Amino acid sequence: MKIALVGQPNCGKSTIFNHIASYKAVTSNFPGTTVSFTESKVSIYGDLCICVDLPGTYSLVSRDLAEITARNYLISEEVDAIVNVVDASILERGLELTIQLLELKKPLILCLNMIDEARRKGIFIDKEKLSEILGIPVVETVAVKGEGMNELFREIRRTYKEKLVGKVPQYGPTIEKAIKQLTEEIKLNGIREPYVSKRFLALRILEEDPYFLKKFPVDGLIKLKEKISETIKKESGQRPPLAISSERHAMSLNIFEDVAEVKTPKPDFRDRLDDVLMHPIWGYVFLLLIMYGFFQIVFKFGGYLEGPLIDVFNNLINQLKSSYGSQTLLTKLVEGVIQGFSGGIAIVLPYLVPFLLGLSLLEDLGYLPRIAYLTDAFMHKIGLHGKSVIPFILGYGCNVPAVMATRILETKRERIISATLSVLVPCSARSTIIFGLIAFYVGPTAALGIYVLNIFVIAVAGRIMSKLMPEEAPGLMLEVPAYRLPSLKVLLLKTWFRLREFIYVAWPILIVGSMVLSLIEYAHWDILINNLLYPLTYVLSLPKQVGVTLIFGILRKELSLIMLMQALGTPHLNQVLTHLQMMTFTIFVVFYIPCAATIGVLWKEIGRKWTLFSIGFTTGLALVLALLVKYIWILAASL
Amino acid sequence: MTLSLDAVQPGKVGRVKDITGGMGVRLRLEQMGIHPGDVIHVKRKGVLRGPILIEMNGVEVALGRGIASRILVEV
Repeated sequence: MKIALVGQPNCGKSTIFNHIASYKAVTSNFPGTTVSFTESKVSIYGDLCICVDLPGTYSLVSRDLAEITARNYLISEEVDAIVNVVDASILERGLELTIQLLELKKPLILCLNMIDEARRKGIFIDKEKLSEILGIPVVETVAVKGEGMNELFREIRRTYKEKLVGKVPQYGPTIEKAIKQLTEEIKLNGIREPYVSKRFLALRILEEDPYFLKKFPVDGLIKLKEKISETIKKESGQRPPLAISSERHAMSLNIFEDVAEVKTPKPDFRDRLDDVLMHPIWGYVFLLLIMYGFFQIVFKFGGYLEGPLIDVFNNLINQLKSSYGSQTLLTKLVEGVIQGFSGGIAIVLPYLVPFLLGLSLLEDLGYLPRIAYLTDAFMHKIGLHGKSVIPFILGYGCNVPAVMATRILETKRERIISATLSVLVPCSARSTIIFGLIAFYVGPTAALGIYVLNIFVIAVAGRIMSKLMPEEAPGLMLEVPAYRLPSLKVLLLKTWFRLREFIYVAWPILIVGSMVLSLIEYAHWDILINNLLYPLTYVLSLPKQVGVTLIFGILRKELSLIMLMQALGTPHLNQVLTHLQMMTFTIFVVFYIPCAATIGVLWKEIGRKWTLFSIGFTTGLALVLALLVKYIWILAASL
Repeated sequence: MTLSLDAVQPGKVGRVKDITGGMGVRLRLEQMGIHPGDVIHVKRKGVLRGPILIEMNGVEVALGRGIASRILVEV
């Protein structure tokens, strides 16, 4: 049985998904394989289910790429049951999507999430009555607290077994007549779309859904649609997409008024929180403080663990060398394994765990849309708008979700610019290099300097790109949800889902890569690679042995640092590298060619041409910046 | 008095009279919960011609000035 979770953005869908995914999980979900949504296999009362978390969508008439993905999944796959998650505190708007979902005639459950929030706002919903009107089960949940989850599981099962598809909503006579005419025409032309009804198709055509109009360019159908559109426009004064949208709005309002009782809301301190956090001055002060505090905590926590942990593994390697000799194959191999392993434990995890935890916290609190609001004016200066800041912030975690998040942007131009720029954002892997090498040896100010330089470069690059691709950005349209306190369980789960990618995929590559490097060294092949890259390492004044680490960095950025220890033969890098060399190395690694996973997702999202551009652009940029930093440093030192 | 939304002072409340401009923008605004006839509360405005934060039917939405200028409000 396949269950799809559908809902408008910020309705708590993913929180529910995390509950389901952690509930008797048979196998775990795998983010990244299917770029746009997460799947998880779970057992619900003994039935094996595949549960799919689709991107948030306001409507089934899809406009941005994330929405199109969600909609197309719903209509193209054999989905056995749909869980429609609704933010109960804004039920009237959520019902507009529910009305569209009922048209799919698939087993459907309405999940009134955040019911506590609704009650606090003074909205009391009669769920029995709502269930009766819609003809589907209605469940109340508070996902962050895990309330109502068992009932949800029970109802999912019942809905599927009893095939509860609900009542198809009826529009006004004009629209219904138009639907009927179009349905006839669709039948006449033999147009078919698996898994969806002709009525559903007729509605989409009438609503001028770009996807379906392109998919069925049938003359008769288009002509009839145009003719009907004219009639509807004459009668209601609006073109069908707007007329239908208005009717749906009216329908949801009617249902809402039937089932909900609205009393005066309880006062809420969170209203006053925004007076500070979105304040024209204090908003920015707190933004900087929050970001500064965030990186401080990550640095303090990671730095506290990195030193002692490295020493432990270093002692181990020394013992190994003294017992078995330093040049034997066995020693080399075991040393490689230990270094790959210690790289994960001592260098990556101490920074990655607090970083991902903090990012999940900021996300779940609802702070990111506030950042978009605060930075919108500045993003306009680089030709984008505030929404683009979200991919950038996610980029600090990992560039792969950052590039994927550009799907929330409306135009292709914005997606290309934001994706190309977001791969310049130092992801957590590169941050480990900045923290582990620069902050640790050169000092926190230098590390901060790299972040500042990075933002500056992104701004300049953005300005140039938007000048080269002039086009009016449609402007910001972003929902700003209420602050929500996430539960610890949800936060830990989210962090774990993200961390797992490193532990299961990257870490093994790290260990194997480290072994391979040992072997390469043992066989003296590294000399060849280092000779090939010598022109590069020469102009950057880096030790020749660094060459081979740069190749590994393309696989995984954090490999560069760990391989650096392996290549230079010591974890105490300050004995073999000067501060300047550390800086040029780090600047180069931070900016050069995106990692393999990012290239893959770029290719998918913005196409071959722009991916190749991005590869060339970032590598050229890295070289120029590393050289600049080198000469400025030398100049500054000579003064 | 009819004003475009970007000219409404923060703290003021108005009723949406019309949304001008392309159908794409209109549909998107309706999907987010902004319809003609709705009562809109302008909560705050960003600095440097930053976005406008409005609230209607319990939903808060940030709109860029360009889009806000297409929404006509009766205050």
